Amino acid sequence: MLYAILCYNDESAVWSWSKDEEDACMARLAAVQEKLVQQGKLGPVARLMPTTAATTLRKDREPPLVIDGPFAETKEQLLCFYVVECAALEDALEVARDLGRANPGGAYEIRPLATFRPGSFAG
Amino acid sequence: MSNIAWIDAALTSARPQAVGALLRYFRDLDTAEEAFQNACLRALKTWPENGPPRNPAAWLIMVGRNTGIDAARRARKQTPLPPEEVISDLDDAEDALVDRLDGAHYRDDILRLLFICCHPDLPPAQQIAVALRIVSGLTVKQIARAFLVGESAMEQRITRAKARITGAGVPFETPGPAERTERLGGVAKMLYLLFNEGYSAAGGDAPARAPLCEEAIRLGRLLLRLYPAEPEIMGLVALMLLQHARTPARFNAAGEIVLLDDQDRSLWNGEMIAEGLALIDKAMRHARPGPYQVQAAIAALHDRAARPEDTDWAQIDLLYANLEVLQPSPIVTLNRAVAVDKVRGPAEALTMIEPLGERLSGYFYFHGVRGAFLLRLGRQDEARTAFGRAIALANTPAEAAHIRLQLDRLMQDATTAR
Repeated sequence: MLYAILCYNDESAVWSWSKDEEDACMARLAAVQEKLVQQGKLGPVARLMPTTAATTLRKDREPPLVIDGPFAETKEQLLCFYVVECAALEDALEVARDLGRANPGGAYEIRPLATFRPGSFAG
Repeated sequence: MSNIAWIDAALTSARPQAVGALLRYFRDLDTAEEAFQNACLRALKTWPENGPPRNPAAWLIMVGRNTGIDAARRARKQTPLPPEEVISDLDDAEDALVDRLDGAHYRDDILRLLFICCHPDLPPAQQIAVALRIVSGLTVKQIARAFLVGESAMEQRITRAKARITGAGVPFETPGPAERTERLGGVAKMLYLLFNEGYSAAGGDAPARAPLCEEAIRLGRLLLRLYPAEPEIMGLVALMLLQHARTPARFNAAGEIVLLDDQDRSLWNGEMIAEGLALIDKAMRHARPGPYQVQAAIAALHDRAARPEDTDWAQIDLLYANLEVLQPSPIVTLNRAVAVDKVRGPAEALTMIEPLGERLSGYFYFHGVRGAFLLRLGRQDEARTAFGRAIALANTPAEAAHIRLQLDRLMQDATTAR
């Protein structure tokens, strides 16, 4: 089964990290990802820019309205996501726990994928 | 870096947060600044002995609050706090206190601090000057330099401005939307000056001043989160990101400036460039061009060129022409002339800057640029004189070294030509 692991955190805190803190966290996350790669579990990984770079297309009117900023104003924001292949929810939760130990604060949403197409570019 | 230098850098970077929080507690600018000052003095005494605290801003807020309370002999009931010697030894206790003391107020504190500096009664130049003094803690000399005016004139300006802010009273209520938008322009301007204070630092000062750039970007992102649909704030943040992205390549090991053409572009920060480009893209949709957006577009053209010779100078010339309309200034014209030199040659570029001589005679970069144009026109003696004036006017050793490098090239070329 494929799962999306969606990482939420307080972006103002994350983007206030010093370069050293940021580098250390990224190194820890890279180690977790490397383990997943070796297990053949890891699919696409994406880190998102701050929500200040986001644009939202609202379809509650016609024509749809383009709004600057993220879809929802929340205390924690969607900052990155992973696609992993796991036998069952418990395995996916274990992956999230590993990621969580490497990355301070926030929460992970584990969401099974209904369909998955890898797309046409390598990234 | 020596202990004192580290402490100095830590005090500078903690200042906006600490003074902002202290202002909220004391509701008085002078008391807040004095409390921060006292906390800094304690820090200079305690930190070299006990080592730096894990969270300098939090330490300064707590100690400042204690000393401020002592100083003002406040009757208000306050939660007693441990002395700073104890705080420094107990990191966990410190963090818990930070949560309780500061918490979610952090952003509002800084914004309030920025906004009171941008009080509408103050002329823009005074707003910016006083904000640089209060929020960023720059010295009067540094501020005077950023404004191209004398130090004593700036001292007077800041003193008057602070008196007016205090006289007008600090608004603790949240300003209305119209008032806030009006002030945004002043805050944006101040942030870009703050950014430039860090960006123009060189040599031994650069590492200590680099946090100014990061703070300006961080505050810029903060403003943009609060005002997500303001294209000029998008432009401002984009501009700062696109410039700061080049920082790793801007100085050599000796701390000397590396010119844009000579920079190792593989050292540029690709993530910052990508974010800057994304923000310009968003801003353009609003079709409300402004100086920050145009400057960001210029920076983007530099950043997108894989090699210097790939730079679209013709487009840069057009953008500067646009900027001359939006925000006329001799420095904009001077920068445009650099593009004109690349597109249409040094003769036209020189003609363009000659009328600026009177207004920019005290500006080292003017003489440096003029010298370069003269050099390209084969007017060696005049070029040498211009470079000489540039060196005499340079504000930092790195600036002087940069001009000397040009002068060396000139001598070398002259020798080769013989």
